[in-house]
Amino acid sequence: MSTYPYIKVQQDDFDLTTEVAKLREGHTDIGAVVSFVGTVRDINEGDDVSVLELEHYPGMTEKALEKIRLEAHERWSLESSVIIHRIGKMYPTDQIVLVAVSSRHRENAFYAAHFIMDYLKTNAPFWKKETLPNGEERWVDARLSDKDAEQRWQ
Amino acid sequence: MVNVLYFASFREMLGKADEQLPANHSTVDSLIVELASRGDNWKQALLDNQNLQIAVNHDVANRQTEIRAGDEIAFFPPVTGG
Repeated sequence: MSTYPYIKVQQDDFDLTTEVAKLREGHTDIGAVVSFVGTVRDINEGDDVSVLELEHYPGMTEKALEKIRLEAHERWSLESSVIIHRIGKMYPTDQIVLVAVSSRHRENAFYAAHFIMDYLKTNAPFWKKETLPNGEERWVDARLSDKDAEQRWQ
Repeated sequence: MVNVLYFASFREMLGKADEQLPANHSTVDSLIVELASRGDNWKQALLDNQNLQIAVNHDVANRQTEIRAGDEIAFFPPVTGG
């Protein structure tokens, strides 16, 4: 397994190019890199969104993300992987989450990145609160479709 | 003692983020029943809530999970990260 398999929970933004370069560092047997970047939309449930605030459960978050990451390694023989999730206040177009994985062949990398995101959505203890333009704040409700997305991997 | 944590909408609804309680319950369920007796908002969040999520020592748990002194028990709504 790589010297760069890890998870990060941070307020700071991340740079895709830098992270993918680190993911590939020291590997000559990688044939595929798949990355996913989640970003803040300016609309949710039909309403404009001005601010998105991410809260998490320190300690459990890292443990949950690492568990998901290691399961992906086991199921798809990944060479390396990284999960970065931001917390705190974010604004429309900001990056929220990065998942990047590498493997020898593309199929495993595609599946693994998809799996990690689906599991992260329903298993990692993060909560979103959005602020509307009129100042109203509301907690984002969990989607049933996210639970369905998780089920397909079982 | 056990450390009890509340996150997101639960923290706001219950008016606290965490508290230390005597370790006099053997399961999460028993702890929930005691907390629910504090008032309607507690009962609504913890006892009557079909979507209640529970963690014990950073692992996903349920109402039957056993607890003991020193444990960290967290209550929260379904997660919405990503």
